[in-house]
Amino acid sequence: MSLISAENIQKDYKTGEVTVKALKGLSFEIEPASFVSFVGPSGSGKTTLLNLIGCLDKPTSGSLKVADTDVLHLDRKESASFRGNNIGFIFQDFNLLPVLTVYENIEYPLLMVQSVPASERNKRVNVLLEAVGMIEQRDKYPDQISGGQKQRVAVARALVTNPKLVLADEPTANLDHKTAYMVIDLMKKMRDEFKTTFIFSTHDQKIVGEAEIIYMLEDGELKGTDVKKGVGNA
Amino acid sequence: MRNLFKIAVRNLLRYKRRTILTASLITVGVVFVLVFISISGSFKNMMIGQITDSMLGHMQVHKKGYVASLENLPLTLNLKPEEVKRLEAVLDVQSKVEAYSPRIKFGGGFSNFAETTNIRLNGVYPEREFKTVPLLSSRIIEGKKRIEKGEIIVPVLLAKGMNVNIGDTVVVVATNKDGSVNGKQFKVAGILESAVGPGGRDGYIHIEDARELLRMDEMEISEIAVRLKEFGGLNRFNQKLSGLLSKEMNSQGKPAFEVHTWEALSPFYNIARMIDVMTFFIKLMLIAIVLISIMNVMIMAVYERIREIGTIAAIGTLPGKILSMFVIEGFCLGIAGAVIGNIVGITLILILNMLKITFNFGQQQGLILQANVNPADIVAISVTVIIVSVIASLQPAFKASRMEPIEALRHV
Ligand SMILES: Nc1ncnc2c1ncn2[C@@H]1O[C@H](COP(=O)(O)OP(=O)(O)OP(=O)(O)O)[C@@H](O)[C@H]1O
Ligand SMILES: [Mg+2]
Repeated sequence: MSLISAENIQKDYKTGEVTVKALKGLSFEIEPASFVSFVGPSGSGKTTLLNLIGCLDKPTSGSLKVADTDVLHLDRKESASFRGNNIGFIFQDFNLLPVLTVYENIEYPLLMVQSVPASERNKRVNVLLEAVGMIEQRDKYPDQISGGQKQRVAVARALVTNPKLVLADEPTANLDHKTAYMVIDLMKKMRDEFKTTFIFSTHDQKIVGEAEIIYMLEDGELKGTDVKKGVGNA
Repeated sequence: MRNLFKIAVRNLLRYKRRTILTASLITVGVVFVLVFISISGSFKNMMIGQITDSMLGHMQVHKKGYVASLENLPLTLNLKPEEVKRLEAVLDVQSKVEAYSPRIKFGGGFSNFAETTNIRLNGVYPEREFKTVPLLSSRIIEGKKRIEKGEIIVPVLLAKGMNVNIGDTVVVVATNKDGSVNGKQFKVAGILESAVGPGGRDGYIHIEDARELLRMDEMEISEIAVRLKEFGGLNRFNQKLSGLLSKEMNSQGKPAFEVHTWEALSPFYNIARMIDVMTFFIKLMLIAIVLISIMNVMIMAVYERIREIGTIAAIGTLPGKILSMFVIEGFCLGIAGAVIGNIVGITLILILNMLKITFNFGQQQGLILQANVNPADIVAISVTVIIVSVIASLQPAFKASRMEPIEALRHV
């Protein structure tokens, strides 16, 4: 059973008279515990596609199932709780809450989205703090840590709810090369440890190499797929 | 819930200067209202106290129709002994009544054997009168604070004008209800300071003397002044007494009595009302200050945090939670303003009281300003500020909760 199945999804943006066809009929399937990347030049539709998969937006036409749920028919509240329970997000600009400490940022989804009891919260946050190597910085605020550290905290926050899927739109765009690799490595390690599917987008060719399945996007169309040896069901 | 408060407080502390400014604005408003309410309230209470406790009593009962011609002091509208008995039977069993005092009121001529002038007199049972209007004895500035038969307490203005002193003999001449004139000699036993309001320049004699002077065959009464144990219960008791007395009929089957509180008997009621109206507008101003300042900060807070709102919305925070985050922030700001405002306000009032500021009211001079803070006012002001703060945050908070996460995330 695929985790994600997209069939002929299209996305049009209407701004006044002009209609931009951002996605022109994409079909693909993604299996659980995959490590997938969408690559393509600027404007090719990566963010648009990730927003659709992440239930932040709806396709203009086509069908899209995420974790056995037809996400086209969810209303505002339903898609919010669907995201909260099934999807983790990592952002290009880290997007940690500045008023919360590292620990509290990771704890946030358990507290504000899922209402997990305190002891369980504590356990899970500590496991992830350990896993991303941020246990020492647990009481620091986001403005007291580096970009790479912020993104590691963001990875932990995305994983703390045990989601089926983590989406990361250009997670390394604001990081230097070395740190970017470290973050991607961390994501891969997390995939191995928690069996969570990771989908990230990038236009950085070197980073792409780290993915096990690569979808190439160009101008709103899927131009090719690259599956690394020993991966998937090909 | 605790965490929502934690986030709200930290967000407020994040913009320290702005938070402090807004909280101070609310504080100033609260202080202003509190000080105004307590000073004007104390002034009002003092004024009412002066009026009711010096001559009016808290309320008065007359024969039906008396108050309409109050200025003439009509002797034809007195209560007959049988009616007084019925009235006293009702008043005696009221637990709320502290004391009541029957009076004969009439106008007459006052002569020092050299010249004559007009005087208004109250014939009273001295003990009962002093109990019903406790400030009366303090108004007797010269002479003894008692009234015995054959004695008269003269208002100070009259005493000065007519050049009469304690111990002098004077004559009071009055026309009774049948039209016959009678005179009687009195010894001046006391000089009475004026008080504000109608009846503030009346003299006092013993009720038996009044009866004799007016040649009444039986004791007729112009009015009964009533003092309650608790002034606060006045309106409720007024309703009760009016209800009870409305059942008492005269020989024609019409209501025999009428009941009035001091409000209907003194023009100062309008001043008291005006103070209330002013207080109301000052409260309205406070509401406007809180509403505008909180709304302003919260709109700014939402605008500055669009990306944060986008982030928490994207990771699944429900709109209701986002709404409460911002409402709680406004709520906390309101609480801070209310608490600091109350503390500063109470301190200021205590300082004002310690300064012992004096003021004059009518002929009363050197009254010390004694501003009291009513706990009910503090509660009412605080609750108002907090509720208004919440209302002011609702619109910005609602806007935050309705944001589309992708658009909010794209915001720079
Ligand atoms: N909200 C929008 N309104 C109108 N057009 C949009 C909107 N979002 C994206 N587009 C258009 O859709 C197309 C795809 O945009 P998208 O952001 O998905 O590209 P991208 O691959 O993420 O690019 P980048 O690498 O620069 O982030 C572009 O032509 C873009 O101009
Ligand atoms: Mg993009």
